[in-house]
Formats: sequence, C-alpha cells, structure tokens
Amino acid sequence: MNLAKKHAMKTAMSMIRNMMISAVLLTLGAWPARAASEADYKTALAAAEAAEKEAGQLRNKWTTTEVELAAAKKAAAAGDFDGAIRAAREADALAKASIFQATSEKERWKDMEIR
Amino acid sequence: MFRTILCPAFAALAAAALACVAASAIAASDKADPKTNAGINPVADATAFRKFFTDKFPKVKLEEFVNGPYSMDEDLHKQWEEKEQFAPYEFALETGKDMFSTPFRNGKTYADCFPNGGIGIRQNYPYFDEKEGKVVTLELALNRCREANGEAPYSYVKDEMASLTAYMAFTSRSKPMDIRIPNDPRALEAYENGKRYFYTRRGQLNFSCATCHVQSPGEHIRAEILAPALGILNAMPIYRSEWSGMGTTSRRFITCNSQTRAVPLEPQSDEYRDVEYFLSYVANGLPISGPGARP
Repeated sequence: MNLAKKHAMKTAMSMIRNMMISAVLLTLGAWPARAASEADYKTALAAAEAAEKEAGQLRNKWTTTEVELAAAKKAAAAGDFDGAIRAAREADALAKASIFQATSEKERWKDMEIR
Repeated sequence: MFRTILCPAFAALAAAALACVAASAIAASDKADPKTNAGINPVADATAFRKFFTDKFPKVKLEEFVNGPYSMDEDLHKQWEEKEQFAPYEFALETGKDMFSTPFRNGKTYADCFPNGGIGIRQNYPYFDEKEGKVVTLELALNRCREANGEAPYSYVKDEMASLTAYMAFTSRSKPMDIRIPNDPRALEAYENGKRYFYTRRGQLNFSCATCHVQSPGEHIRAEILAPALGILNAMPIYRSEWSGMGTTSRRFITCNSQTRAVPLEPQSDEYRDVEYFLSYVANGLPISGPGARP
C-alpha cells in the first residue's frame, strides 16, 4: 500500500469516528433530560422555606416570595415537579434577597434620616 | 349635625386660631421633652423634620401639612374644601358616636376607660405606658377597653374601629398633637425603633416609608399624590376613595407595606406602634384634623 492510499484510509477512518461520536452526542442531546423527582423538589422547597423563615425572623418577608412558595406547592401537588422546582428556586432567591436587604438596612436606614 | 360644624366659615376661623395654637404648642411640647440618650434626640429630630418640610414647601403653612396631598397643590386644596362640605366620612362619625355612647353588656361604656370620658383626648395618643413598657395607641386602648368589659375586640383595620376613632378624633379636632416621651429609656428606645422603621427600606420594591413621604410628597405615584410625612397621622382615620370606605392607622401601615411588596406585620405589632409614636411625636403642635378624606 502506497503512502497516498494509507493517508486516504486514515482520513476516512477518522471521519467515520468523528461521525460516530457526533451521532452519539446528537442522540444524547435529543434524549429528554431526567425528569425532576419529588425528592429534588423537597430539597429545593426546604432550602426556600429555611431562607423565608430567616427573613421572617428579620421581620422582612416579601409578598413575592410567598407567591412563589405557594406556586411551588401547587405545582408539586399537580405532579409538575419541574415547575415546582423552578418556583421553589425563585422563592429561595427572593428570600435571600430580602435577608440581604434587612441585613444591609440595619445601618443604611440612617442615610435617609432627616437631620 | 356634623355638617354644620364642618362648614367652611367655621373651618376658616378654626384655621386662623390654630395658626397661633400650633406655634405655641410646638414650643410648649418641645420644652417638656425627653432627655437625649445615646445620640437619640427627639426634640432635635422634630425640629429638623418640620424644617425639612417647611423648606421644601415654603408656600404651605405649617398647620396645613395635616391635610396631606390637599396641602400640596392649590387646585387640590379647593377640591378638598368642597369635599369637606359633604364629607365622605360623615357616616362613620354618626356610627362612631352611637357606638361610643352605647353601653357594653355590663352597663359600662368606652367613656369609663379613658381620661375625660374619652372626649377631646385623641391628641395624646399614642402614649408610652411605663407599666407595660410599650407604646399604647388609641386603637389598642379601645380594644383593651372592650376586652376589659367582656366584649370581643374589633378588627383593627376598618369599619367599627374606624368609626370609633373617627368620632374620638372629631372631638379633638383642631387640638394640637401632644405626644410625650417620658424620662424612661424604654420610651426613648420605642421612639428610636419607630424612627428606624420609618426610614428602613423593605419589600421587593425596596421602599421605606420615607421614600414616598419624605423624598416624594406632592409627586404622583400612579394616580395618587403622595402625602408629606409631617402630620400624616393627624388626619387618621381616613375615608379613602381607593378603599371605598374608612380605614384606620393600622390599615394605612398594612397597605403601605403591601404596596412595596413587603408582607405586612400583624396590626398593633410593636413596630407599627413604635412608628406611630415616632410620626405622632414629630407632628407635635400640629392640629388634629381627623377624620380625613383622601383620594
């Protein structure tokens, strides 16, 4: 086998290998992601509720956090754990923002004071 | 009956008299004031508070601030004068007067629970109760009166409570607000807590009470014109067109919190009682104008 043929075969093999890898990757991509489980939801909800409890201790809950917590529970009750996790994570982020606000306002309120 | 008293001629005379009363009462109440403690100085706060608003609105007379948004604009003021001739809170005054004089099942009345039979005392509320170590508002005192006489407490936010406080406010109309801070560190702390609550941002919208009522009085927020914080509680309770009914000071605080997307506290929580104490103290000397009407 001359060098030109060897090179052509090597190139063909390489192309086939690349095509196979691409096919595998495409198949994996097309496959639906693993559905969120009830356990995942419970973990996300527990985190959100813990953050909201802390906001409550700081006397600074937000209405929007409460709305998302309720939405998470409603979605979970309907078996929509993807939606429930999304809402729980949103609630968690809002609760954490309210904690940040309450903490930073401990001193910052003085900036607004009429003196 | 109340309409006769509300006529414009009377209002004009009362306003003239009040200009003098307010000035002397401010001076008198400042003299009787608490000692400062750890940088807390209510007298200096009240002076700075009044100066801020009179500097910001040089055309508005001091005693006019109690009329809230109606003090901010000449056209609005004319609207208010016309509205006062057929005041929307009048039904609450009639109801409140009847309720006030109707005996409880044990034969006693509200008059038995208050100094001077409950007449002409609104300007002294809230006060700091040294036995309890906390601020006592008029709404709280009314419900405590009911409970002490075997009656169920009323909702703090509307209807019966608004009618009762409307009648009591009316008997104090034109009297200067006269809030005392006794020489008790707990009273000073309650005042300071109220001040902190007033200036603290809360809710997803990141608003404090001061965002609207110090930084933006006279400005529109949607269709509403914001009231100045100075004397804002002197007009309570109020009839609000937005509510289509009467509302108490508790209702006002709760609504404000909700509008900033903060979960409101329970009515008559320590924070609300303290912020009422702070706002009333810095309005010392300004006339009681309640019950009021707002857009």
